[in-house]
Amino acid sequence: MKLIIAYIQPHKLDEVKKNLATAEVGKMSVTNSLGCGAQKGYHESYRGVEFDVNLLKKVRLEIAVNDDFVDKTIEAIISSARTGQIGDGKIFVLDLVDCIRIRTGERGKEAIG
Amino acid sequence: MKKKLLFLLFLALTCAPAALASETAELDPISAAKEEIQNNINIVWTCVAAFLVFFMQAGFAMVEAGFTRAKNAVNILMKNLMDFSIGSLAFFLVGFGLMFGTTNGLFGTTLFGLSGVEPGSDWNWTFLIFQTVFAATAATIVSGAMAERTKFIGYLAYSVLITLFIYPIFGSWAWGGLLDGGGWLENLGFLDFAGSTVVHSVGGWLALAGAIVLGPRVGKYGPDGKPKAIPGHNITLAALGVFILWFGWFGFNPGSTTTGEGSIGYIAVTTNLAAAAGAIAAMFTAWIVMKKPDASMALNGALAGLVSITAPCDGVSPIGAILIGLAGGILVFFAVLFIDRVLKVDDPVGAVSVHGVCGAWGTLSCGLFNMESGLFYGGGLKQLGVQTLGVGAAFVWAFGLGLLMFTVIKMTVGLRVSEEEELKGLDIGEHGMEAYSGFQIFSTM
Repeated sequence: MKLIIAYIQPHKLDEVKKNLATAEVGKMSVTNSLGCGAQKGYHESYRGVEFDVNLLKKVRLEIAVNDDFVDKTIEAIISSARTGQIGDGKIFVLDLVDCIRIRTGERGKEAIG
Repeated sequence: MKKKLLFLLFLALTCAPAALASETAELDPISAAKEEIQNNINIVWTCVAAFLVFFMQAGFAMVEAGFTRAKNAVNILMKNLMDFSIGSLAFFLVGFGLMFGTTNGLFGTTLFGLSGVEPGSDWNWTFLIFQTVFAATAATIVSGAMAERTKFIGYLAYSVLITLFIYPIFGSWAWGGLLDGGGWLENLGFLDFAGSTVVHSVGGWLALAGAIVLGPRVGKYGPDGKPKAIPGHNITLAALGVFILWFGWFGFNPGSTTTGEGSIGYIAVTTNLAAAAGAIAAMFTAWIVMKKPDASMALNGALAGLVSITAPCDGVSPIGAILIGLAGGILVFFAVLFIDRVLKVDDPVGAVSVHGVCGAWGTLSCGLFNMESGLFYGGGLKQLGVQTLGVGAAFVWAFGLGLLMFTVIKMTVGLRVSEEEELKGLDIGEHGMEAYSGFQIFSTM
């Protein structure tokens, strides 16, 4: 089992969700996040004072999958979130020790799917 | 002796005023005082009404901000602030003269910048502030339909042109005779008491032209052409805006008497009845068709009732007002769906349906419900014919010029922001600031 964490551009969320659905990955958590990386920030001004915003808005996806779904999931995210510009985001893959469905008490492989 | 004196005193008291009056021969002091008081009441009422109509700018700002996304809130507020500010100057310098100056047959040619009018208590100053807030209302209708994708500089160019000549020239045809002007529509007997056509339809048809030339927002229509909902970010603000507009309308309609007289109360009643009926009708229509009493539709329904009753408010019965409002509320629901699904024109706040379509309906309803000349009161088809002509003229003038103007703006200063800027939000792209700094906002669409 793996936990896939992906940071993507907010406006790409719709396409990513659609691609994941076609890859039969239907379960995920989505949160707003702020972060900085290679992409430069932007300028804001407030009552004549300028300042730089370097924490940019991103969307964080968390998807827990069984091992045979890892490549499909990654492929689906890349093919929809990639624009070729700096700032497209990153994907992290982590080992997942266990997974428990609260309603039934199922564990592991069954609980994820 | 005493009796004689009393008699003389009596004579002096009774005859003296008569003698005085025959000397001055023009006005007895009581009539003069009455006239002055009436004149001042007119000024006070018309100014109060103008201030109420001014407050409608706040209503429009809140409705439009609430019905659009958080990332574009600063932009829409700036458009509302600037179309009023630019409109005030343009209408004072040029528009008012075109609309109400001595006419050459097509438009007015005097009173530019109120030249020749003495600063002071002249009626023209009161009339100017009242008409300025009306002109700015027509101008601000458009910003909602063009929300979330219009280049700011392009919008500024538009707001100069509408108050400079598009609104005033049409206005002179229907309302010029309220002051020094006159026009062909009013000579035919065209009825538009407070501006269903002159203000709302003109604004609504310009909004339609603007939305067509701009094209829909990114993500509004799927590849199969099906419309998607892009929900507004704050229904609380939208509801506040609608209540403010409803409040302001008590200046818009009753104020259009521009005299302090008995009919103000009556017009307030017809206005209120139509607004209430519009809200109820739109809510039930949405409830029946979409299975839920949709708040965004009910709010637009109240506005639809108000726009519909604006033209006929002085000449219809209370029952007539309710029927006009009900029809407006039903109409706005289907107009929103028609524009969204059939015409595929992206109007984020429903401005074309509320102001264009219901403005046309309200103007036509004069020909049906007017108690003197309406079809339902035995007045025949003549009034309805004149009303139809006026509605058609407004559409041709505003929509035609609108298409031309927005196309010219598109080819010169530019009308639409880049796709990248649209996705990031116009607040950062156009104004370099956020409406809700410090809050985390989903900007995933």
